Amino acid sequence: MDVFKRLKDFYWPYKRFFFGSLFFLFFVTGITVLYPVFLQQTIDKVVNKQNYGYAAFLAIGFILIMIVKGFSAYYQQYWGAKFGINAVYELRKALYAKLNTLPFRYYDNARTGDLMSRLTQDVEGFRFFLSAGMSQLIRFIFMVTFSLIIMFVYSWQLAIVTLIMTPFLTFTVMKFDKKVHPAFRAIRLSMGRMNTRVQENISGMNTVKALSQEDEEIKRFAVTNEDYKEKQIFTANIWAKFFPVMEFIGNLCVVVLLGFGGYLVIHSSMQPGELIAFFSLVWYIMGPLQDLGFIINQFSQAKASGERLLQILDEPSEIESPADAYSPEKIAGKVQFNHVTFQYPNETVYALKDVTFEARPGQVIGLMGATGSGKSTITQLIARFYNVTEGQVLVDGEPVERYSLPVLRKSIGYVLQENFLFSSTIRDNIAYGNPDAKLEDVIDAAKRAQAHEFIEGLPDGYDTVLGERGLGLSGGQKQRISIARALLVNPSILILDDATSAVDMQTEAKIQKAFRELMRGRTTFIIAHRISSVQHADEILVLDKGRIAERGVHSELIQNPEGLYRRIYDIQFKDKDILEARQNAH
Amino acid sequence: MATKKPESKSLENRERFYYTQDRIAEKPFNWPQMLRLLGYLKPYSKTLLPAAVVALLVNTAVRLFVPILIGKVAFDRVIGQRDTHALYWLVAAIAAMYLINLISNYFRIKLTNKLGQYVIYDLRKVLFNHVQKLSHRFFDQRSAGSVLVRIINDVNSLQDLFTNGIVNTLMDLIQLIGILVIMFTLSWQLALAVLVVLPIMFFLSTKFRRKIRRAWQMVRVKLSKLNSHLNESLQGVRVTQSFNQEVNNEAFFDGVNIETRETQNQAQQKSATFSPFVEGANAVGSAILIWFGSYLILNSGNVTTGVFVSFAFYLGMFWDPISRLGQTYNQLLMAMASSERIFEFLDEKPIVKDSEAPVSMEHIKGTIDFEDVVFSYDDKRNALNHINLHMNAGDTIALVGHTGSGKSTIANLIARFYDVTGGSVKFDGIDVRDINLEELRANVSTVIQDTFIFSGTILENIRFGRPGATDEEVIAAAEAAGADDFIKQLSNGYETEVEERGNILSVGERQLLSFARALLANPKILILDEATSSIDTESELKIQEATDKLLEGRTSIIIAHRLSTIREADKIIVLENGNILEQGTHDELMVLGGKYYELVISQFEALNAS
Repeated sequence: MDVFKRLKDFYWPYKRFFFGSLFFLFFVTGITVLYPVFLQQTIDKVVNKQNYGYAAFLAIGFILIMIVKGFSAYYQQYWGAKFGINAVYELRKALYAKLNTLPFRYYDNARTGDLMSRLTQDVEGFRFFLSAGMSQLIRFIFMVTFSLIIMFVYSWQLAIVTLIMTPFLTFTVMKFDKKVHPAFRAIRLSMGRMNTRVQENISGMNTVKALSQEDEEIKRFAVTNEDYKEKQIFTANIWAKFFPVMEFIGNLCVVVLLGFGGYLVIHSSMQPGELIAFFSLVWYIMGPLQDLGFIINQFSQAKASGERLLQILDEPSEIESPADAYSPEKIAGKVQFNHVTFQYPNETVYALKDVTFEARPGQVIGLMGATGSGKSTITQLIARFYNVTEGQVLVDGEPVERYSLPVLRKSIGYVLQENFLFSSTIRDNIAYGNPDAKLEDVIDAAKRAQAHEFIEGLPDGYDTVLGERGLGLSGGQKQRISIARALLVNPSILILDDATSAVDMQTEAKIQKAFRELMRGRTTFIIAHRISSVQHADEILVLDKGRIAERGVHSELIQNPEGLYRRIYDIQFKDKDILEARQNAH
Repeated sequence: MATKKPESKSLENRERFYYTQDRIAEKPFNWPQMLRLLGYLKPYSKTLLPAAVVALLVNTAVRLFVPILIGKVAFDRVIGQRDTHALYWLVAAIAAMYLINLISNYFRIKLTNKLGQYVIYDLRKVLFNHVQKLSHRFFDQRSAGSVLVRIINDVNSLQDLFTNGIVNTLMDLIQLIGILVIMFTLSWQLALAVLVVLPIMFFLSTKFRRKIRRAWQMVRVKLSKLNSHLNESLQGVRVTQSFNQEVNNEAFFDGVNIETRETQNQAQQKSATFSPFVEGANAVGSAILIWFGSYLILNSGNVTTGVFVSFAFYLGMFWDPISRLGQTYNQLLMAMASSERIFEFLDEKPIVKDSEAPVSMEHIKGTIDFEDVVFSYDDKRNALNHINLHMNAGDTIALVGHTGSGKSTIANLIARFYDVTGGSVKFDGIDVRDINLEELRANVSTVIQDTFIFSGTILENIRFGRPGATDEEVIAAAEAAGADDFIKQLSNGYETEVEERGNILSVGERQLLSFARALLANPKILILDEATSSIDTESELKIQEATDKLLEGRTSIIIAHRLSTIREADKIIVLENGNILEQGTHDELMVLGGKYYELVISQFEALNAS
């Protein structure tokens, strides 16, 4: 119950729909159970008393109350639904806002698939419970109560006979539910696995074909397909076992009623119409009872869904602007690391250990080192995507924790290693950080990132819409768009995380030239594998397992024959001497 | 995929994001297609299908017969004549019939579901296997999502039709006709009067219900847009936070969220109008029964209290089959759309096919020749123009050139992902189109730029290169590729679970895995397509050292941007706009002083400028 209480803020503002729906539910169920009464009246009061005038009264009366019922049914259903829909609207809004602000730490360990299933299935499950589930429970209570009242009025003996049969049904239903719900869950899981299987197969088709694993894939798919079929058949067999039995118990009740009731009618202690009424009334009790397990299960599922949603809403977002946030007009771009040590949550090794450096405004810092040596981590700490474990990161002499996050991040331009583009036009993708930018500015940024030419070549130019994940563009093209995106925010601090790895050499040379202009007046961090990208840096930090192994400018670093930098230099510039010799000869 | 914008909008009210929205598909009923679909029942036409039909016939017969016993027989014959003895017999008879019902019901549910699931299994298997065999061209033209939707959703939407739809339609028709026959036999006047509501009921269950269904389809369309955005914003959350776009995205999402809420409200409202009409139709039927029925009891000989009771039962049983038939009809129309999409895929022929008498790859050493090769992806622009080239078996050949110069196309033709438009590609003098395709693919491994990491353990991912490999072989390949170091640092080493697309791995690490995968495959011809673009130089050096040995005896084709990785090649081929500009060794080309020389210069430009 705690879950529902804590989610109250989302649905309670719409309580008028819920109570309105309940009000009409009362009429719907009340009128439903009157139908047998009309049959009884027809037989006992019209036919047996030969009173035909009463029949017209009954027929018209019946139509009238059914109009009331129709009207009530409409509002009961519509308002009930509205209650859930509106509540879920609020819930989605809150979840979305929350997910947008959760820190990188959260996403390092979260699976998109899991989050999506919460945002879709759990939200939908919760809506369904609010819209229909809760009122189903109340409908059950109304139906059974009303039917029993009428039964006892007509014949207490038959009412008791009916009541005696119900435990058998309840028992069967409970047993059924215990078995069928895990089975349904198994189907859903199996379907999920199959979905993943196929999705991976299709998305990875290039890889599959490159390694000619089609037959292997067919074999692997056959397993999931088979599993799904088996799960479905298993579930169907549970239905086949229980459902006829439930129906049989209801039918058996009818048989007993006919035997016992027939006996009572023959001995004149009961009217025939009353017996007929029982044949309908019995299903008003047995029917809802069959659904009872379903309703209870829905309740527990909604509770579980609510818990999973609360988990997201309760997730601490430790990275927030402080109360009296520092929001300078302009950040100059001085970056200092004072003995920074950083460890990713849930990991045992240090990503950074005791890193100290200073970048004055406008300086260029080159970061080199093997994959996983901590280069990207340094840049992520500047924008405070993570909080440091020890030490301090300062921007313009002020700890990053003191800054208003939007102000801090607005002054940092990122070209990330993985160029995620949105399902949007190229123009909007470039203007992502600055949606109000004018088209001229967008084009200007694209030109500087060497992207203008190929964009112009696309059928819709800057209005070309990119699909999810920006498929259809080559790695190099995506990279250039994301460079343009970073340029357009006009940042004081520019971070280029392996920004040119996927463009060909000539384009890279052009971009590098553009970068050099761009870096002027901005503090720039360049993460690169190529010496040519970092050699002009004011300081190059060579990282090894989170520590700064070497530091200095290019000319100093190549002097150290044992150094990592020199080794990389030798690999990449084997030709240099030959080349220079040739050039001189030319 | 770069798609055209749905409609040109003024720049002021353009959408922040665009998502492909499904069109609401509804196809007219189409007999040939229906028959083709029913063809999937054929394997079971002598086993499951007749058994299921027998079960449902027994089931329906009991249902139809019992109301006569409880109504006419019970009230007119037994209770009316106060025959206690007959009452016991009657009760026993009905109980026996219900027992038969219990058993036949069990078999009906079991068998119809089994039948349906077998058919769906077959259909999905045929579809998936067919898709595997389709050529690259097929996948170039479609997004992964649209293929997924067919294999999962379209097949699922046929599931109901095959499990319940077809068999239950038969049951419902029999039940409906049975009720009509019985009602008319009992009293044609009363039957006629009560059935006034029949047309209304049919209308409600078909036309009216379709309107409601359309409204729900709109809801699905909106929900899928909402979910697309949610999915994208989760994947791009780091970019969003880097660029401070949380608030702007929230505004966009709120718009979609409101749209969803409103369409949902509308659909619910339409659905809610349904029940008053059904109640109304039922009420009219019941009122007529009460009014005219009692008139007939009082004024004619053949309607008795028992007949009246039976009628009340039948009237109660009437709506269900009509409602279900309407549902099945709607299901059928949807199935038309789904099956059309499924058959469209099944009718797609693989363009790259095995020849009639394929030659084995066994004796092929790996000499590759391109003879006057022309190739075009779209029949408009040639990606390769009359290319002639020769690669010796065991040599390492580097392809150099701009994006779009034709490097990857040459690799694709060697792996026979596409067939040439003109000319021929030959291995040891044999046209690749004559070589057994499966063997060819097994002997040509490509390490592609955008490599795909499947969800599973690291070990499983590397093993993807050769499913029969032992753990030791997998680890040996990882060591050779230089991937062993980072794998050992992962929380569970080789048993670490990676997500689809390899979330926890960096781009460079993924490339190392893919490299290990190709080495494990142990191919005669190895293609490295930008395989090392994001691997740091140190690791690349490691790979190079390890693979120098592995490349021995194999023909290898290397496409790379970094000159340092290709300078050792036996032959360097420089391409531009689908033409070979120059070829030779590094030293030869440097002496030549042509395009290659320029490219090398451009890499050192920065250095020389200093």
